[in-house]
Amino acid sequence: MSQPPATMDLRRPADGVGVVDIRGDFTGDAEAALMDAYARACAGGARALVLNFGDLAYMNSSGIGLLVTLLIRVDRRQQRLLACGMSEHYRHIFALTQLDGAIGVFDTEAAALAAAGAP
Amino acid sequence: MTTTATHTGNSAGRGGAGDAAHWARYERGATLRVAGVAGAGALNVDGRRAVGPLQGFGPLWEKTYRVRLAGSAVTPAALIATWKARFPAFWPAGNRFCAPPGGIAPGAVAVLDLGLPGHLPLSTGVLVLYADDESFTLMTPQGHLFSGWITFSAYREAGGGGGTVAQARVLMRATDPLYELGLRLGGHRREDAFWRHTLAALAAHFGVAAPVEARAVCLDSRCQWSRARNLWYNAAIRSAAYRLAAPLRRARGAVARAAPLAGRRRGARPGDVRGGARCSR
Repeated sequence: MSQPPATMDLRRPADGVGVVDIRGDFTGDAEAALMDAYARACAGGARALVLNFGDLAYMNSSGIGLLVTLLIRVDRRQQRLLACGMSEHYRHIFALTQLDGAIGVFDTEAAALAAAGAP
Repeated sequence: MTTTATHTGNSAGRGGAGDAAHWARYERGATLRVAGVAGAGALNVDGRRAVGPLQGFGPLWEKTYRVRLAGSAVTPAALIATWKARFPAFWPAGNRFCAPPGGIAPGAVAVLDLGLPGHLPLSTGVLVLYADDESFTLMTPQGHLFSGWITFSAYREAGGGGGTVAQARVLMRATDPLYELGLRLGGHRREDAFWRHTLAALAAHFGVAAPVEARAVCLDSRCQWSRARNLWYNAAIRSAAYRLAAPLRRARGAVARAAPLAGRRRGARPGDVRGGARCSR
């Protein structure tokens, strides 16, 4: 039985940085919400986007595919994409799919924000 | 067939890492391993790393192929179960898939023989990156035509008749400049034809004759020139070289068989050996 897609709440903890809190099931159905959050972050002048996976319940391979699509958009705008709050399981998935070479992975939001150059 | 990535077992539910059982297991520095299958396919898979769309050379494409099974009562789960069990049966003739002994399950590695134009052989493989009841994803090894993954899925269509839709979604870059040239010289068309045939055959299996919808989106038109060195692993070149060397291997085998029994392993036969894997088509 399908679960509702993940929710994406955008925060702006610092100038130029957007944090997207991902909650729930991150599948292909989350595309609209993810891209909407990204668009709002860009509208707010974000130079870096941090994806907070701390409350992620589930991710399938379609969800990983969304991250590739997002990464291309971020790269085209010369922005940075980072991730935080990932369990070891999801870190392994990032490594298995070789996303960790393109998306900076950090233990905490504070570390991700520091890497993003947030004051 | 041994793999470096194996099934992690059943998970308790959807909370936390409830998807753990559906993903291939990660081991740092791990490469793909194939046992029980020799020949060019194993050579082009054994010791290779699985690569995603970020590691390819050519423009990034997302291609989606869908067929609606209107009038069929098949559920998404039943469709995917059939697709996994009979995966190569829906392929066009001239292409071969050596299923791992455990079938399409997370971490399994399969060897493929693909028919290219001009009867050029291409032996490569795929890793089962992800598999659940309603989808499975194959990830390519170094040297494959493309770097990326293909997700096969089925879902109930909202509204309308609410029938089951079967979908194949490819997220890929051509692995190296040679493959990119091939794609531009008709390879994209051939790939389209491959998946259209596959989905039509899948629908026909369930008694449905329906058109296959296809949509291709170029997500990134830039080539990643830093990845041009992927050419070193080009499976088409290595497969052709392997076959060209077949007379030499046969000659070596004849010499080995003519040698005295002492110092020679009984039963050792150079060349292709099949065992463990089931090859179809």
